[in-house]
Amino acid sequence: MPNIRFTEKPLSDWMRGDAADSEIVISSRVRIARNLQHLPFPMLATNQQSAEALQRLTDILQYDDLGGFGTFHTLKISELDEIDKQVLVEKHLISPNLANESRNGAVLISDDESVSVMINEEDHLRIQCLYPGCQVREAWERAMVIDDAFEAHVDYAFDDRRGFLTSCPTNVGTGMRASVMMHLPALVMTHQINRILSAVSQVGLTVRGIYGEGSEAVGNLFQVSNQITLGQTEAEIIENLHGVVLQIIEHERSARERLMNESMLRITDRVMRSFGILSYAAVLDSKEAAQRLSDVRLGVDLGILERPSTAAMNELNVMTQPGFLQKSFGDKMNTEERDMYRAKLIRQKLGTTL
Amino acid sequence: MLCQECNMRPATLHFTKIVNGEKTEFHICETCAKEKGEMIPGTPNGFSIHSLLSGMLDFDSSTKSQSPGHSGPQNLQCKDCGMTYAQFSKLGRFGCPSCYQYFDNRLDPLFKRVHGSTNHVGKVPVRTGGRLKVKRQIDDLKKEMQQHIVQEEFESAAELRDQIRELEKEMTEE
Repeated sequence: MPNIRFTEKPLSDWMRGDAADSEIVISSRVRIARNLQHLPFPMLATNQQSAEALQRLTDILQYDDLGGFGTFHTLKISELDEIDKQVLVEKHLISPNLANESRNGAVLISDDESVSVMINEEDHLRIQCLYPGCQVREAWERAMVIDDAFEAHVDYAFDDRRGFLTSCPTNVGTGMRASVMMHLPALVMTHQINRILSAVSQVGLTVRGIYGEGSEAVGNLFQVSNQITLGQTEAEIIENLHGVVLQIIEHERSARERLMNESMLRITDRVMRSFGILSYAAVLDSKEAAQRLSDVRLGVDLGILERPSTAAMNELNVMTQPGFLQKSFGDKMNTEERDMYRAKLIRQKLGTTL
Repeated sequence: MLCQECNMRPATLHFTKIVNGEKTEFHICETCAKEKGEMIPGTPNGFSIHSLLSGMLDFDSSTKSQSPGHSGPQNLQCKDCGMTYAQFSKLGRFGCPSCYQYFDNRLDPLFKRVHGSTNHVGKVPVRTGGRLKVKRQIDDLKKEMQQHIVQEEFESAAELRDQIRELEKEMTEE
């Protein structure tokens, strides 16, 4: 029986602490793609070849502590049920891609869930480090330590000119994708967001909704990440992203200040209404829940509301996702049931039991 | 698994649709997918990074004129995994690390367009990137030596020259 304790609680330990700029930056993540030499990439690998990749990479855990980040637990994707897989996706511990992969896909997760290593996703190895707040440098340094630990035992596919060789041409070179998840309600309310996002895309960065490719930003959450992986050093990529994120933080802060100065009553009304609806609604669809939770988060940041805490907000963001709702309240539910349980869960969390 | 629409044919398409953050999983057969007109990743209606890339690759091959008698890029094939350049342009993904060598002279325009650059300057792995590490070390020493020469510090420059020679010798011996 696989160890599925990771799907039982919504909030990973790493998300509990307070971190720099955490009223605007939710989390920082660095992902590194690596492949083994002399083996086809997972897409073309035979069952035997992907099993070999899995074996070689998980064997390392027997004689290396991967840089001392605690015990790692191995979960084979084929041994997980659909809801557990979805919960792991909602907690960002695995990608939707890996969840759909039955051929020798696996994930190694550290005790505090801040490190997850995906095996046989699009590439043989994807090392991911998550940190709360704006700590993209720390996440990068940590990912590099784990990268070195793997590299001490296996030969990576590497080419002098092209760097680390990856299945997709968009990852070649450093194989590194660094991203920062930001909550930007004031920039959205003051209609500055599009201008900023188009400026961001001109410096080799990209902005997406929180669940990756093709999804729109829900609840004013935006993920800023590097687009370029070839022709820049890892340090340059990290510094570029970090610099831009700091600027976006400044813009969001001054937009918040302006909103408070110019329309305090309206903002307060909006925050209190959202808090009221979340506290008493009987049915909440995911879009409304995300928007109201965003208002409440802003309210707490601006001092309009005293609670819930940032940790509780982060927890609610994950708990109100479809996979987690089904995990908490029973296997199969239709949309209406989900909306009802979502409302119930939020009411419980906010302390009303109506 | 049977198609969730017709319950008759086996489901061959499995995908997740995200609308306003609401995720829905689909397991359907190709016939029902066409009838329903669902957005399938990789089709012109859908959006995926790979379909976007394959668009770029097709564009790339159509703009280059092919002289008769010569084998075009579509005939290139990776001798390790069997992936052809035509398949690569369609999928937008390599089959194995060797594909990079076999398709090498076709890749610069693609990388230029995606990354604005064609050469890696970042991290070098210890085990498989040993030569590159020494090469970069030599380049750095040469730059340093030039600076000493400009400042007429010939003794230091000579020391660096010896170090460079030593490293170059090591590289040719390997």
